[in-house]
Amino acid sequence: MSNVPADLRYLKSHEWARLESDGTVTIGISDHAQQALGDLVFVETPEPGRRVEAGEACAVVESVKAASDIYSPVTGEIIASNADLGGQPELINGDPYGAGWIMRVRLDDKAQFAAMLDAKAYEAALAAETH
Amino acid sequence: MPFIPHTESDIRAMLATIGAPDIDALFEEIPAELRAPGLPGVPPALSEMEVGRLMSGLAARDGRPLNFIGAGAYEHHVPSAVWAIVTRGEFYSAYTPYQAEASQGTLQLLYEYQTMMASLTGMDISNASLYDGASGLAEACLMAVRANRRSKSQRILVPAAVNPTYRDVARVIAGNQNLAFEPVPFDPKGGQTVVAALEPFAGQDITAVVVQQPNFFGTLEDVDAITDWAHANGALVVAVVNPTSLALLKPPGEWGARGADVACGDGQPLGVPLSSGGPYFGFMATKSEHVRQMPGRIIGRTVDIDGKPGFALTLQAREQHIRRGKATSNICTNQGLLVTAATIYLSLLGPDGLAQVAATCMQRTQQLIDALTRVPGVRLAFDKPRFHEAVLLLDRPVAGVLAALAARGIVGGHDISARYPSLGHALLVCATETRTTGDIEQYAGALAEVMRGPAVAA
Repeated sequence: MSNVPADLRYLKSHEWARLESDGTVTIGISDHAQQALGDLVFVETPEPGRRVEAGEACAVVESVKAASDIYSPVTGEIIASNADLGGQPELINGDPYGAGWIMRVRLDDKAQFAAMLDAKAYEAALAAETH
Repeated sequence: MPFIPHTESDIRAMLATIGAPDIDALFEEIPAELRAPGLPGVPPALSEMEVGRLMSGLAARDGRPLNFIGAGAYEHHVPSAVWAIVTRGEFYSAYTPYQAEASQGTLQLLYEYQTMMASLTGMDISNASLYDGASGLAEACLMAVRANRRSKSQRILVPAAVNPTYRDVARVIAGNQNLAFEPVPFDPKGGQTVVAALEPFAGQDITAVVVQQPNFFGTLEDVDAITDWAHANGALVVAVVNPTSLALLKPPGEWGARGADVACGDGQPLGVPLSSGGPYFGFMATKSEHVRQMPGRIIGRTVDIDGKPGFALTLQAREQHIRRGKATSNICTNQGLLVTAATIYLSLLGPDGLAQVAATCMQRTQQLIDALTRVPGVRLAFDKPRFHEAVLLLDRPVAGVLAALAARGIVGGHDISARYPSLGHALLVCATETRTTGDIEQYAGALAEVMRGPAVAA
């Protein structure tokens, strides 16, 4: 059973987002996603300064058996990328909600964050996926 | 590893197992209107004997002329051992076997090929080859668009001194993916791409600059200056290089302060015969930082569970069978047999042997230029240093001269007048190590005879 922290929001495509106190959003992939991918060997993070639309592919995680695009759940500007992932992609496997964060976005419209799935809805989506 | 297709009884047994009446039944879900009714224009099958007869007849029409054409494909001496080894059963397969557990020999060979090409180009990593040099340039431009994440324009500067066929192929393959290829003129005196010609683009969003060394005219470009200009303007550098020349010239990985970003070209000069135009193979190498954007197969060295070295495909998440529509390219194979020839060719020659080939080519070409420019009505187009080709300017249309030379058993060069009208009657000539002093004298004598006569249109 994978870990789905109650204080985060999610997408069905397995991204998580956390609203920070400064109003920015930190984004990563869920514990379920890292388990499904297996050992990550490479993460391509977006250039800070780039504008992204909600639903736009802006990062790539690659394991020995698959590569997946990461979609931004919100529209805004990338203000930071996790540089540590360059040398240690396994941070995502070890701590997907902490040291394994991927990028931070200054969102244009907070309603987009509020419209994401809450933990309960994401758990339900996971359950539906496995059945 | 043998690849023997299934027999009629195998097919019957398989169909019986899954309960299908015949092979056509397997394709039933494809609607009838989408099925091709056959191949129009393809003649009925011929027997091996008939094909042999037909092809020998066609080949005989080529004759065995004395050849002075380069223009992208070069007649080099290929040691007999190369193709004797390549055609051994262990290598001579219709398909490159990638199954690591069954194909260690082939995979090791490809790995060694990659190591040699990385060393020759001065880059970190080579792939296991592409189809040819021209499609290699298209792939390199697409790769540059992916790798240069700061650039949004997809604008690629392509000097007019880059092989025109390569430019055409790159436009056909990559043009539909919204890459804009913008021409850069050459200096009419030196036949070079000068930095001043790039300056109008300074400060603009340019994704990559292509440089061919030596360029289509055979002239050596100032690759350091062009590379540094490109990097200073936020563009990546795509090097198109002749592998033989790299035994003498500075490798792309060392151009300018930071080196070229992608090196590509045609591998034909390395042990592949001209063979009426192909098949050849393309090569591509890059820096480590761009490897995930590189198309094509890559073989890696690893260790098995007992710690013994072994070889396997690696970095496959770039490729179509894993990334589907977002793969780096739809290329998911390589020119295995031709790469085998190149690897054996390079092994037999060694670095010193290849340098000798390259130096002899340069000498022969200089000899050829000296001999041909003594003929009245013939002069050298460009005054800059060159490798093994040069552009000559004639006082009359080139086509007629070439036809008259052909009647004397000489293929006198490649007529580039139509592609480069500003040059006038321009002839691209080449002499490799296979052209002797006697061959060159024979050409000069025949040309003098032809040029004494009246100009003929064609």
